Amino acid sequence: MTDRKADLIIIGGGPAGLAAAVSARKEGLRDILILERDTRLGGILNQCIHNGFGLHTFKEELTGPEYAARFIRQAEEEKIPYMLDTMVIDISFDPETGLKKVTAMNPGEGIFTIDAKAVILAMGCRERPRGALNIPGYRPAGIYSAGTAQYYVNIEGRMPGKKVVILGSGDIGLIMARRMTYEGAKVLCVAELQPYSGGLKRNIVQCLDDFDIPLLLSHTVVDIKGKERVEGVTIAEVDENRKPIPGTEVFYECDTLMLSCGLIPENELSNKLGVKMNPVTNGAFVNESLETSVPGVFACGNVLHVHDLVDYVSGEAATAGKNAAAYIRGEKNEEGAVINIKTENGVRYSVPSTVRTGNMPDTLTVRFRVGNEYRDTNLAVYLDGKQLMRLPKRVMAPGEMEQIILVKSKVTDIVSEAGTADHELVIRVED
Amino acid sequence: MIDVTIIGAGVIGSAIARELSRYDLDVLVLEKESDVCEGTSKANSGIVHSGYDAKPGTLKARFNVEGNKLIHELSKTLDFPFKENGSLVLALEEEGRKGIEELLERGKANGVPGLRILEKEELLGLEPNVSETAVCALYAPTGGIVCPFNMTIAFAENAADNGVMFRFDTKVNSIGKKTSDNGEAYYVLDTTGGSFETKTVINAAGVYSDVFHNMVSEDKIHINPRKGQYLLMDKAAGELVKSTLFQLPSKLGKGVLVTPTVHGNLMVGPTAEGIEDPEDTSTTSEGLDLLAQKGALSVKALPRLTITSFAGLRAHEDGGDFVIGEVKDSPGFIDAAGIESPGLTAAPAIGAYVAGIVKDILKASEKKEFISVRKGIPSMALATPEEREALIASDPSYAHVICRCELVTEGEIKNAINRTLGARTVDGIKRRTRAGMGRCQTGFCLARTIPLLAQALGVDEEQIRKSGKGAYYIEGKIKDNL
Repeated sequence: MTDRKADLIIIGGGPAGLAAAVSARKEGLRDILILERDTRLGGILNQCIHNGFGLHTFKEELTGPEYAARFIRQAEEEKIPYMLDTMVIDISFDPETGLKKVTAMNPGEGIFTIDAKAVILAMGCRERPRGALNIPGYRPAGIYSAGTAQYYVNIEGRMPGKKVVILGSGDIGLIMARRMTYEGAKVLCVAELQPYSGGLKRNIVQCLDDFDIPLLLSHTVVDIKGKERVEGVTIAEVDENRKPIPGTEVFYECDTLMLSCGLIPENELSNKLGVKMNPVTNGAFVNESLETSVPGVFACGNVLHVHDLVDYVSGEAATAGKNAAAYIRGEKNEEGAVINIKTENGVRYSVPSTVRTGNMPDTLTVRFRVGNEYRDTNLAVYLDGKQLMRLPKRVMAPGEMEQIILVKSKVTDIVSEAGTADHELVIRVED
Repeated sequence: MIDVTIIGAGVIGSAIARELSRYDLDVLVLEKESDVCEGTSKANSGIVHSGYDAKPGTLKARFNVEGNKLIHELSKTLDFPFKENGSLVLALEEEGRKGIEELLERGKANGVPGLRILEKEELLGLEPNVSETAVCALYAPTGGIVCPFNMTIAFAENAADNGVMFRFDTKVNSIGKKTSDNGEAYYVLDTTGGSFETKTVINAAGVYSDVFHNMVSEDKIHINPRKGQYLLMDKAAGELVKSTLFQLPSKLGKGVLVTPTVHGNLMVGPTAEGIEDPEDTSTTSEGLDLLAQKGALSVKALPRLTITSFAGLRAHEDGGDFVIGEVKDSPGFIDAAGIESPGLTAAPAIGAYVAGIVKDILKASEKKEFISVRKGIPSMALATPEEREALIASDPSYAHVICRCELVTEGEIKNAINRTLGARTVDGIKRRTRAGMGRCQTGFCLARTIPLLAQALGVDEEQIRKSGKGAYYIEGKIKDNL
């Protein structure tokens, strides 16, 4: 077992890891290493060959691989070292030295450990499998998570099926409805358990409406037929408690069931490390610096909370990279107040969940999602009981991330006036 | 003329094959599916019962207690995962105490070692997450958990290493009784893979064992398949309990078990539903809801961390006991029929018993070169740091992770394909290595396992199946249909 050292280890070479690495390097950090488990950098973007990426970051419309290539090029220009086919199998924290011991392996070097001053968690997420959805029926071939099907179609050029029903209206499912149609499959419908879509409005229009693929809201799959290969699925309408309504069952003959029912951050390593997790996001609790409960361990991208647009991942990851560099430089401000962010009345969570005013930049973006569809409401933000902002919102939906921008000067003014030790910032939906 | 033909490569057929491979006999195993362990053996509780449950004097009682002892030894010699975690039968109401005492007496009569009753305080000391409503429990320290796949595969591999032939995708259609010129009975098996003449037949056909028995005997038996559904939970829930928790049957019904699996998941099940179709392994929403409800009775809080659910069938014979032995009106035809719970535990004991009958009929002698040990597929996930280093030194592909959830490497998958009776399907790889058994349920590794399998078998990826004959994953190339 070889023992090595590094200032910053970034676990994951997808959009989050790459942007974090580039940002840390721009801060002057030299000793960076990206560990990527796949055979190439870029992560899931490599299979996202549709366009629509980069509108915010580059002000142009790119495909996933093109978007990834921009960051890969920057990483290579900056000569940031990375290892491919490398799986991190363990990570631990030594409170004495503050070092993080990362254990990884790959076929070229076997198992090795690296002691890192800081670690950025950028492992991304996985798709929720059929079993977690409690869909009854047989267990034949032909049930794919949408991302697995996307890999087959876009990377391997192979068809996972020809007649498809999609359960779940997450963005990958919507994108795959269009892709499967392009490649010669018939997509019968997209069924969604909730009364609203889990994906972006633009994807519903461009991927379903434009191809006359029906979106069945408040519907779910209640049976899967076929012992060897899927032969069909039964779809039923659900009531307000998401329970199937007897008598509404319709059988769809198909050879494929694709699932796009939510993404789960891949935090098994974070759990090994003892990082405190938010049960709402399944990602870490982080402060304004995107630092987790373990000092010097930062998180960004879909491992932190599932994003709607990769542009926001890149922005968030750049913040993590910058703050990791500052941590390694030993910059830390213990002064100032600590503000806990409380989300309520329709707001499900926020990233970050705490703000240390001493470490707060001039403006801080706080991202979150709502738990239902809201029309003509307001986002209200209170700090220590005082209204900080009130933003009218025409539409808010669970499929789209929302954000507010906190201005440091305003925040510190209120906090210093309040004169208490515990500060609370509340974000809520109001009429 | 073959000496012995075994119908069925489940745990019973494989255990019998392994015991028969000690003798100088030509042994053939016929299996209608594409792999061993494709029926009842692959979808059950994975419990090694201690033996208090069956009525004294039954075959179930006898082979359960013997089988339990054998599994303790065989898990070492044949290298399959087994853990003696102990089991508890919970009385969830005061009226249950009498039932617990009866079970204790029954267990003593069956010769089960170490049984005793735990009062509430001691019970909660041993299992802090057991439901507060539990009054007392029967504790069986010799109860255990086993990997049913790898136990079956270990028996079959060891049998094959000792010369037993396995033919897969071969379904027996009919059995003809014949008499040779010198007056000895023999059988002709007509199958989808040709016809076979054999001196003896062993019926280890699970839910179809009545069909084959009834082909040769006037003394009919009847299997009524019982479906059992299960929930399998994430390893994050695996440490909720150490022991296997049974519920004492009560007015609430038969009860379900909550148990850690030998690989560290948590499992809840089974339901018990009489069904008509011996192929009906579908789960139902009623069944899965019932499991969540009943499972929650045993523990303080049942986590909602299900990663998969499945159903298996148990071969319940109307008489209620195993049907084991030579059929009276068909000399040389030996039943191992009606094997339901505790069949997995009993398997090695049934194997030795049935092999003994055959040995006597054919007057077989023991082989000198019998290989008694078998080495399983190494597991990077379970290996010590030193073992990991050694594996990677032997083949660097042991450092190439294919299944991230269960930490299964290319080296393990290649081993699973290339060994005796190697995997030919994705499910075959899954059961041998655990690739795809984790929390993402093949979401990431499927697209990596299929190419490895295709490459090793020298076929296109389109030819790779999940399990059975029509279970193909890939339906041609993109744009084929345009």
